[in-house]
Amino acid sequence: MDSGLLSNLALGISTAWTFSNLMYCLAGVILGTLVGVLPGLGPVATIAMLLPMTFNLPPESALIMLAGIYYGAQYGGSTTAILVNLPGETSSVVTALDGHQMARQGKAGKALATAALASFFAGTVATFLIALAAPPLADLALKFGAPEYFSLMVLGLVASIVLASGSLLHAFGMILLGLLLSQVGTDVISGAPRYTFDQPWLADGIHFVVLAMGMYGVGEIIRNLEHDEKRELMMKSVSGLLPDKEDLKRIIAPTLRGTVLGSALGILPGGGAMLASFASYSIEKKVSPNRAQFGKGAIEGVAAPESANNAGAQTSFIPMLTLGIPSNPVMALMIGALIIQGIQPGPTVMTEQPALFWGIIASMWAGNLFLVVLNLPMIGVWVRLITVPYHLLFPVILVFCAIGVMSVNNSEYDVWLMALFGVLGYVFSKLGSEPAPLLLAFVLGELMEENLRRAMIISRGDPMVFLERPISLTLLVTAVLALVVVLSPALRKKREEAFQEEP
Amino acid sequence: MQLNITQAPRDFWGGLIYLVIGTAAVFIAADYERGSLLRMGPGYVPTVLGYALCGVGLISVVRAFLRHGDRIMPFAVKAMLLVTVAVVAFGVLARGAGLVPAVVVLVAVSAWGSQLSRPLPVLLLAVVSSVASWLLFTKGLGVPLQAFGAWFGF
Repeated sequence: MDSGLLSNLALGISTAWTFSNLMYCLAGVILGTLVGVLPGLGPVATIAMLLPMTFNLPPESALIMLAGIYYGAQYGGSTTAILVNLPGETSSVVTALDGHQMARQGKAGKALATAALASFFAGTVATFLIALAAPPLADLALKFGAPEYFSLMVLGLVASIVLASGSLLHAFGMILLGLLLSQVGTDVISGAPRYTFDQPWLADGIHFVVLAMGMYGVGEIIRNLEHDEKRELMMKSVSGLLPDKEDLKRIIAPTLRGTVLGSALGILPGGGAMLASFASYSIEKKVSPNRAQFGKGAIEGVAAPESANNAGAQTSFIPMLTLGIPSNPVMALMIGALIIQGIQPGPTVMTEQPALFWGIIASMWAGNLFLVVLNLPMIGVWVRLITVPYHLLFPVILVFCAIGVMSVNNSEYDVWLMALFGVLGYVFSKLGSEPAPLLLAFVLGELMEENLRRAMIISRGDPMVFLERPISLTLLVTAVLALVVVLSPALRKKREEAFQEEP
Repeated sequence: MQLNITQAPRDFWGGLIYLVIGTAAVFIAADYERGSLLRMGPGYVPTVLGYALCGVGLISVVRAFLRHGDRIMPFAVKAMLLVTVAVVAFGVLARGAGLVPAVVVLVAVSAWGSQLSRPLPVLLLAVVSSVASWLLFTKGLGVPLQAFGAWFGF
């Protein structure tokens, strides 16, 4: 087992650490940070925007670059949160609480370095965790038949309801809507067109990039334009980068706790990384000896959520790589990228494409290292980028979205659909519904239906098949338990508290 | 514009949207072969999903009359319209007129979604980003969009 792991890692290293793949990783990290640091652009929009750039690359390089874009965007988001108190994504909302206070006290450099170091540590641990956990999980997944897959996806969707931040009922509504949207196109089993309104351009269904860019790109821009005012930037230059011994002592324990929590929650479907950063912040606020400082620039309040969200971001690759099931919208985009590269995501990726599988894992560590080594000296550049006013920025983001969507199928209908989803995403956000469960359900929809119908054929139309097979039963019971727990009034209150961390 | 029908407008309007989409889904799926549980036709799953969405919508609408909820904050109508029109126009122009005019229109129209935009910077941004995106996407990444399209005789 151990030697197997070593030889696998060696294969991964030999794949990922070639000059060209390291360059793609580096390019991904830089591009990701570059776009992620721009206010109002989270990882989903960043990856969706940059996805077309990887179409012509070989699969390993494409995925390595996309993964790099992901950590880059994540880290860029934290930089923006600390410097201008404008978290680009929900998981850096808590980083902004203490990080921005530190920046106001002239300790921006320290906060940024802490975020980078905590993320690097968490990323390293999580990478090893993936290498350890992925093979047994993929082995297990190979035993999965249609009923198990269906139940697993039910669990995934239930978890995304549980972990969504808004109203539970609306999260469920968004899931159903996402599943319905996935029905558009030609039915794989019978070949009959569904919801295509006799339009040939709908015959292949709606492309997930169109949906993602509409909801996260265009919709987000409209939302940002609601707060259409000049921003103030705290500092023109960042100095005093390195934390001293005293600081390091203070961040060790929070980083460790954040890493453990983040690694565990990241595997769960539906925005685990976000919950991880919220939860780790609340834990530190309770257990830290410096809890009185929280909200006023406590360095622990930066280290804990940053390590948690990076660990979570990393371990969210586990279900994607081993089961072919995305645990958040970013992983949904990764799955889409695999499909574009002609690779069917699932447990067979590890056995049929070992170089790709282990290459991605080995590249994660390299990517995390690049982040630390590059970003600390380049903070000056990022600061200058943040000062670009949003009213000059968003038209350019729209250009990227429009051309990106057009390049997927070379169809202007996709551009129009993106506009429609942008408006829809904006309207739903005004009504308090998050787009994440919708996107997740959309990606899972087709697979779910296929497995459901196959399961029914295997069992001769007996729905009991889901309860008779032990793995499937376990998954469904877990899903029901999760629902019961989240619906119980006591926990409901706790959940609301967890998502509403007061500054 | 706040229509005071209920004390929980988010639940009410959200539920209404679910109801409309769910009903439409069921009606359209009625034309598809339903099949049986053993051999599900193409209409089975969409019909079930449509009914479920109607169910959620109904609960949401009823709930809106039973309890208080958050208000709906005003929409950024102008930004929404300008951004949408700009993106749609890009789709219309991209192939026929070409990438450069399409990007110029996209930038020049959408920019007015922000009240901070001024004519000269917008014009400059439109020109620079159209040339830059032609260099990056058409020349660099091989996206099959010409700088100027058939409408200009190219």
